[in-house]
Amino acid sequence: MNLRPDPTFHATPKLAMEAPPETLAFTLMLSPDGSQPDGLAVVDVDPASDTYGQIVHQVIMPNTGDEFHHFGWNACSASLSPLSGHAFLERRYLIIPGIRSSRIYIIDVKEPLKAKIHKIIEPEEVFSKTGYSRPHTIHCGPEGIYVSTLGGGGEDGTDGPPGIFIMDCETFEILGRYEMDRGKQDKHYDFWWNLPRDYMISSEWGLPPQFENGVVAEDLLANKYGHSIHFWNLRARQNVQTIDLGENYQMALEIRPAHDPSKDYGFCGVVVDTTNLQGAIFTWWQRDDDTFETKKTITIDPRPEDPENLPPLLKGFGAVPPLVTDIDLSLDDKYLYVACWGLGEMHQYDVTDPMNPKLTGKVELGGIARGTKHPNGKTFAYAPQMVEISRDGKRVYWTNSLYSTWDDQFYPDDEGGQMVMANVGENGGLTLDKDFFVEFPKGYRSHQIRLEGGDCSTDSFCYPSA
Amino acid sequence: MTTATALWWAVVASGVYHGINPGMGWPLAVSAALMDRTPRSLIKAVGALAAGHLLAMGAILFPFTALMFVAQWQREIQITAACLVIGLGVWLVFNRRHPRFLARVPPSRLALWSFLAAMAHGAGLMLVPIYLGICQTVDTDAGHAAAQALMSANAGIAVGVALIHTLAMTLSGGLIAFGVYRWFGLKFLSRSWFNLDLVWATSLILVGAISLLVAV
Repeated sequence: MNLRPDPTFHATPKLAMEAPPETLAFTLMLSPDGSQPDGLAVVDVDPASDTYGQIVHQVIMPNTGDEFHHFGWNACSASLSPLSGHAFLERRYLIIPGIRSSRIYIIDVKEPLKAKIHKIIEPEEVFSKTGYSRPHTIHCGPEGIYVSTLGGGGEDGTDGPPGIFIMDCETFEILGRYEMDRGKQDKHYDFWWNLPRDYMISSEWGLPPQFENGVVAEDLLANKYGHSIHFWNLRARQNVQTIDLGENYQMALEIRPAHDPSKDYGFCGVVVDTTNLQGAIFTWWQRDDDTFETKKTITIDPRPEDPENLPPLLKGFGAVPPLVTDIDLSLDDKYLYVACWGLGEMHQYDVTDPMNPKLTGKVELGGIARGTKHPNGKTFAYAPQMVEISRDGKRVYWTNSLYSTWDDQFYPDDEGGQMVMANVGENGGLTLDKDFFVEFPKGYRSHQIRLEGGDCSTDSFCYPSA
Repeated sequence: MTTATALWWAVVASGVYHGINPGMGWPLAVSAALMDRTPRSLIKAVGALAAGHLLAMGAILFPFTALMFVAQWQREIQITAACLVIGLGVWLVFNRRHPRFLARVPPSRLALWSFLAAMAHGAGLMLVPIYLGICQTVDTDAGHAAAQALMSANAGIAVGVALIHTLAMTLSGGLIAFGVYRWFGLKFLSRSWFNLDLVWATSLILVGAISLLVAV
């Protein structure tokens, strides 16, 4: 407990943007075949430093086969609401779940260059206390740390629906399930919320048998992956509305509400529209009667390609689907970044008018049957995937791996973990930085990035910017 | 300054203390005004916080008013109250975790939240020794007043203590909320918020100890 609020907690998104820029990034490293233990890499992102763009510390876990994916902080700017009574927590621990093992690591990064394991929660504890498995997205909120899961109980995670559970934000003890009334929700992926408006939105990927050994083409073509988003009364823990985006909108993944809580809208990325292979972004918003509405506001077309150049999975289609696998919104709610992991592109949309996004920037890098090289001449494996934006909105970082078994299906010839950065122009536009190119140790791929002091997909704000 | 005046000032001071502490809710009033884009929402929110706080004061003070009916046990009541306050203080020193049920209260129910927050932190209990002290000064003046008259005098004091305390809290919290909304900006929030958990627990023990000494 601090005597003052942690200096990285900001009342408004605007104050967070004005805070000093990040000097370190935390990036997850995963061993795709489980031959080595997964790890956390601390990357120097301070351009004034001698070790800029280098991994300056690694925390290697004591187990193998965890498969790291997403992670988050024990505490963030959400702590500045008197309602939750957590104002004096420290932003000090990273909560890293293994989505294959269901093991959870709590890493103490108070001294980032000496980051170490603080606690390990074994899978059995997760299973017995929640009935869920395969923990995924982490958010710190009113009742503590919220963890979404991708699997229910049982060996293959299909015994009961997956959901969210809550952990104590000081002891990291698992407290139990979040849901009181889940309504139609039977699959899970991401979730986020608007704290003052007291609602939460959750999304759907698929059940563990649909992703653990690779994408199941028959299920995808039969529209059996998730295609609904769920709206919840956050504190009542009730699903109040489920919106089916349409069964062809397969895999509704990332949920990005506007950061300014006075805005009542947000976005959701859809990996693939099975009718035409397009990628799509939906804008969702709250109406005056408190119900929710969605509208497709961005579509990204597939690129025709000679089947000869395509991986077996895509040969029949003769095209490269964009595969919108991650999206991220800048803290001023101005730019939405969209990773097209199939095409090998990172798009930047001006979403000042959330109903009419405009493409303002694009970077080509990697990609199926294209493999665009980095401006420094190096090969970028796979394509832009997990994206994170600096608080001030001037730098955009991303890594390249989606998920071990899926990487191998879509990019059978690629290997390696990389992290790059692009600079954002004064009036939009996106340019790769020649000098920033992190290569992770041999045998590792890389997934989510967290920036020291918070970033655009961790912090929830309780107060409007103006 | 007489004992009575000093005690009434203590009531005011504790109100100001509660009011300026962000943990008692003024930032929620700023948030309400910014969310709705009107200062009227700030006033409404401060009003709701005040109502909840007042109710919490009443809920603690009135049972003691009722107890005071048994006038010959006044000393015992005072000692018990002092021990309760000390006990809560000691409990809060060692248990510094915030009650999680408060986080389940929706932001739209500010009065309920304010009531529960005041109850959970023993804000009302802290006033009990002060209140009993004031009652005693009046009793002495009243001499051999009839039990009925004493009772209504005590009830009147309870109302006064709760109202004055809440008024002081509302004014100080409301002023800060308005200042932050209009002039200082929300940066003031994280700059001015101090962790008073230990101070709070210690002040409970202190108030309890003083009243125990006086009673014994």
